Amino acid sequence: MEVLELARWQFGITTVYHFILVPLTIGLSTLVAILQTAWVRTGKEKYLRLTKFYGKLLLINFALGVATGIVQEFQFGMNWSEYSRFVGDVFGAPLAMEALAAFFLESTFLGLWIFGWDRLPKKVHLATVWAFAIGSMLSAYFIIAANSWMQHPVGAEYNPETGRAEMTDIGAVLTNNTTLVAFPHVIATAFLVAGTFVAGIAVYWMVRHSRADKDHADLPMYRTAARYGAVVMLLSGIAVIVTGDVQAKLMFEQQPIKMAAAEALCHTEEPAPFSILTIGNLAGDDCESVTHLIEIPGLTSYLATGDWSAPVTGLDDLQEIYAERYGATDANGDEITYQPNLLVTYWSFRLMIGLAAFSAAVCIAIFWFTRKGRVIDQEWMKKLAIVSLPMPFLAASFGWIFTEMGRQPFVVAPNPTGSDQVMLMTLFGVSEATSVFEVALSLSVFTVVYAVLGVFWFRLMQRYAVEGAPDVSYEEPNDDADRPMSFAY
Amino acid sequence: MDLALFWFILIAVLWTGYLVLEGFDFGVAMLMEKVGKGDRGRRVALNTIGPVWDGNEVWLLTAGGAMFAAFPEWYATLFSGFYLPLFLILLALIVRAVAIEYRGKINDDTWRRRWDWMIMGSAWIPSILWGVAFANIVRGVPIDETGTYTGGFFNLLSPYALLGGATTLTLFLSHGAIFLALKTDGEVRERAEALSRTLAPVALVVAAVFAIWTQIAYSVPWTWAAVAVAAVGLVIATGAGRIGRYGVAFIANAVAIAFAVVLIFGSLYPDVMPSSTDPAYSLTIENASSTDYTLTVMTWVAVVLTPVVLLYQGWTYWVFRRRLSADHIPDHSSLTFLPKKSKAEQ
Ligand code: HDD
Ligand code: HEM
Ligand code: HEM
Repeated sequence: MEVLELARWQFGITTVYHFILVPLTIGLSTLVAILQTAWVRTGKEKYLRLTKFYGKLLLINFALGVATGIVQEFQFGMNWSEYSRFVGDVFGAPLAMEALAAFFLESTFLGLWIFGWDRLPKKVHLATVWAFAIGSMLSAYFIIAANSWMQHPVGAEYNPETGRAEMTDIGAVLTNNTTLVAFPHVIATAFLVAGTFVAGIAVYWMVRHSRADKDHADLPMYRTAARYGAVVMLLSGIAVIVTGDVQAKLMFEQQPIKMAAAEALCHTEEPAPFSILTIGNLAGDDCESVTHLIEIPGLTSYLATGDWSAPVTGLDDLQEIYAERYGATDANGDEITYQPNLLVTYWSFRLMIGLAAFSAAVCIAIFWFTRKGRVIDQEWMKKLAIVSLPMPFLAASFGWIFTEMGRQPFVVAPNPTGSDQVMLMTLFGVSEATSVFEVALSLSVFTVVYAVLGVFWFRLMQRYAVEGAPDVSYEEPNDDADRPMSFAY
Repeated sequence: MDLALFWFILIAVLWTGYLVLEGFDFGVAMLMEKVGKGDRGRRVALNTIGPVWDGNEVWLLTAGGAMFAAFPEWYATLFSGFYLPLFLILLALIVRAVAIEYRGKINDDTWRRRWDWMIMGSAWIPSILWGVAFANIVRGVPIDETGTYTGGFFNLLSPYALLGGATTLTLFLSHGAIFLALKTDGEVRERAEALSRTLAPVALVVAAVFAIWTQIAYSVPWTWAAVAVAAVGLVIATGAGRIGRYGVAFIANAVAIAFAVVLIFGSLYPDVMPSSTDPAYSLTIENASSTDYTLTVMTWVAVVLTPVVLLYQGWTYWVFRRRLSADHIPDHSSLTFLPKKSKAEQ
C-alpha cells in the first residue's frame, strides 16, 4: 500500500473512533447538567443520584474522548502536511480557536466539577458542569466550521504566488451555511445518542427491579430517568430529521455528485426515486450493473430539492460536468474519476437514517408503557433498550463516513459558486516527508492501542451501568482542612 | 509590531505554559512510585495533579493549533518531519489520559498497579522527546526547497539532541519533586523534599551544559542574558529547596524553564526551522507564516481569550490549594469486575 492509502485508513479509523465517543460527551454533559440543576433546585435525592450515576459514565467516556482527540490535532501535520500547507491559513484558525475557546473551558471546568464537590459552594459547583457542557458544544462548533469549510470553502481565495488558499473573511468562514446546518444536525445527533443512552440504561434497571420487587424504592427514579431520556429522544429525533432534510438540499446545491452517489443514481432521472435496497456490484466502477429494488418514487428528488418531481442529475452526466469544469486529468496527468465509492456512500447514507429507527421505537415504547405512573416490567423492553443503545452511535458514525467519503476524490471540495482554485484533491494533500514504514507503523499501533483501550472503556461503562445509581450523601463544603476528598483517583 | 513576530513570541509563550505546567505533571507521574511507597502514597502524589493535569495539557493543543493557524508551513514540516518522535509522544499522551482516569475505577490491586505503570511510563517518553525535538529544531535539520524534511529518524538522535532530552527530563523531574514538596504533607512530603534536594542540582548541571552548548554553537549574543536568568533561576531553586522554601523554588524553576524557551526561540529567530541542507531553504517567520489577515484575526482572538483562560485556570489552582496527605485520600471505590458466573445470572 502507498502512503496515501495508509494515511486515509489512519484518518478514517482514528476519526470515526474519536467520534464514537464525542456525541455521548456532548449530549450527556448537558443532560447531566440538567439533572444536577434539578437537584439544586428541588433538593430531591433522586436527581443527585442520577447526576452521579450518569456523571460517572460521562467521565469514563470523556477520558477516551480526550485521548483520541489529541491524535486528531496533530494528524493533519503528520500525515497531511501538504493539505496543511494548502489550507492552514484558513483551516488553522477555527482549530486554534477551538483550543483556546473550548478545550480550556472543557478540561479546566471538568477538573473543577469532579474534584469540586466538597470544595465549591453548591451553585458554583453547578456552574462548573454547565461551563463544561458549553465548552463541549463550542468545540463542536469550531471543528464543524473547519470541516464545513472542506465541504464548501467560503471566505477564501487562491493565491497563485504561494500556491495556497488564503482567508479573506473570517465571518464568512464561521457563518458558512454548511456549518449552520451541519452544527445543529450534529448536536441533535449528540442528544439522540445521549437520550437513548440515558433512557436505555434506565429501562434496563426499571425492568430488573420491577421483576424482582414490584415496589422497589428505586423504581420512581429510573422511571423519571427513562421518561427524561425519552423526551430528549423525541425532541432531538425531530431535530435530526429536520436538519438532515435541510442539509440534503444544501448538499445537492454544493456537492451534487454526493447526492447522486447517495442514491447510486447512474443516469439523470426525473423524478428520482429513493431505493431501500440494491443488488449488483456497487463496488465496481461500472454503475450500470446496479439494480435498485423497493423504490419510493420521487423521494430522492424531494430530499434534494423539496419538489417530488424535480430532476436529479446522474453520475454519468455529473462526471462530464465536473471534468469540464475542474479538469479531466489531475496534476499527475491521470484521468480523474469524480464519482465517490458508491458501496460506501449508498449504504452509509441508508444506515445513518435507518438505524435511528431503534431510538424511535424505544422512545414510543417508553411513553406508552410508563403512561399514568406505570413502570416497565416487560423483559423484551429490557432487550430492546440494550440493543438500541449502540444504534445512534453507529448512525452517527455512518453519517460521517457518508459525508467524508462522499466528498472524495476531494479533501477540499470545490465550491460551485466560489473560486474554482480553492480545492484540493486528497491525493495531493498527503505528506511528502513520511515513509510507508512510518505511516504503517503508526496506523497499526494506533489501531491496536485504540482497540485495547476500547475494551477497557466498554468493560468500565458496562460495569458502572450494571452497578446502578449509587447511594449518595451530600455535605455542604466547609473549611475543615482534615476532611477527606470526596473524590480521588 | 510585526504580526508574524508577535505570533512567534506568542507561540513561545504557549510552549512555556505547556512545559512549565505539564512539566510538573510529568515529574509527579515519574516520581509517583518513589515518593509514594505504596498505594495510598501514590494516590497522594497523583491527586496533587488530579484536578489540573487535563487543563495543563490543553496548552499543548493550543500551541499546536496556534502553529497551524499562524505558521502552517512550520506545523506541516515539523510534524511530518519529526514523525516517529511525535508518534511516540502522542501514544504516551493517549495512554496517560486513560490511565489516570481509569486507575481508580475498579477496586483491584492488579488493575491499579498496571495503570500505575502506564501513568509512570507514559510520563518518561514525552519528558525526553520534547527536549530532543526542540534541540533538533535549534540545531537545524535537512529541509529541501519545498520545505520537506529529508532527514529520517536517526538523524534526530545526535548527541546534542540527546542532551536536550536529558535536559527536559531532569528539569521536569526536579520540577515535579518541588511541586510535590509544595503540595503534599506527611511522609510523601518528606520523601519529595529529599528527592528535590538531589534532583535540583542535577537539573542545574545538565541544563547548564545544554544552555552553554546551545549558546555557543547556535545562538546570538543577546541570548546570553536568557542563559544567565535561567541559570540564576535554577541556582535559586536549588538553594531555596535546601532551606525549605519550596514556593520560591517552584517559581524559580518555572522562570528557568521560561528562559530556556527564550533561549531556544531567541536562537531560532528569524528562522522557525533552520535547514541544514541550505540556509536558503530555512523556514522563517516571514515565509512560513499565514497572511496578515489571518494573523490579525487570530491576534484579536488570542488577546481576548488568553487572559480569560489564565484567570480561570489560576482560580482552579486557588480552589485546590491545600496540601494533600494520606488522611485526605478517601477509600477505594468498592467496585470490582463481576465474576463471570454472576454475570450470567443477571
Ligand atoms: C462534533 C464534535 C467534534 C468533532 C467533529 C471532533 N471533535 Fe474532537 N472533541 C470534541 C468534539 C468533536 C469534544 C466533545 O469536545 C471532545 C470529545 C470527547 C471529549 O472528551 O471532548 C473532543 C476532544 C478533542 C480533543 C481533546 C481536548 C481536551 O483535551 O479537552 C482534541 C485535541 C480534539 N478533540 C481534536 C479534534 C480534531 C482535530 C478533530 C477533527 C478531525 C475533532 N476533534 C473532531
Ligand atoms: C472537523 C472535523 C473533521 C475534519 C477536519 C476531517 C478531515 C478529514 C481529512 C483531512 C480526511 C483525509 C482525507 C481523506 O481521505 O478524505 C478525512 C477523511 C475521513 N474522515 Fe474526516 N474530518 C473530520 C471529521 C470527521 C469525523 C467526525 C468523522 C467520523 C466520525 C470523519 C470520518 C472520516 C472518514 C470515514 C474519512 C474517509 C477516509 C478516506 O476516505 O480515506 N471525519 N476527513
Ligand atoms: C431523516 C434522517 C436524516 C437525514 C435526511 C440526514 C441527512 C444527512 C445528510 C444529507 C448529511 C450529509 C451532509 C453533507 O455531506 O453535506 C448528513 C450527515 C450526517 N448525519 Fe444525518 N441525516 C439523517 C439522520 C441522521 C441520524 C439519525 C444521525 C445519527 C444519529 C445522523 C448523523 C449524521 C452525522 C453525524 C453526519 C455528518 C456530519 C454532518 O455533515 O452534519 N443523521 N445527514
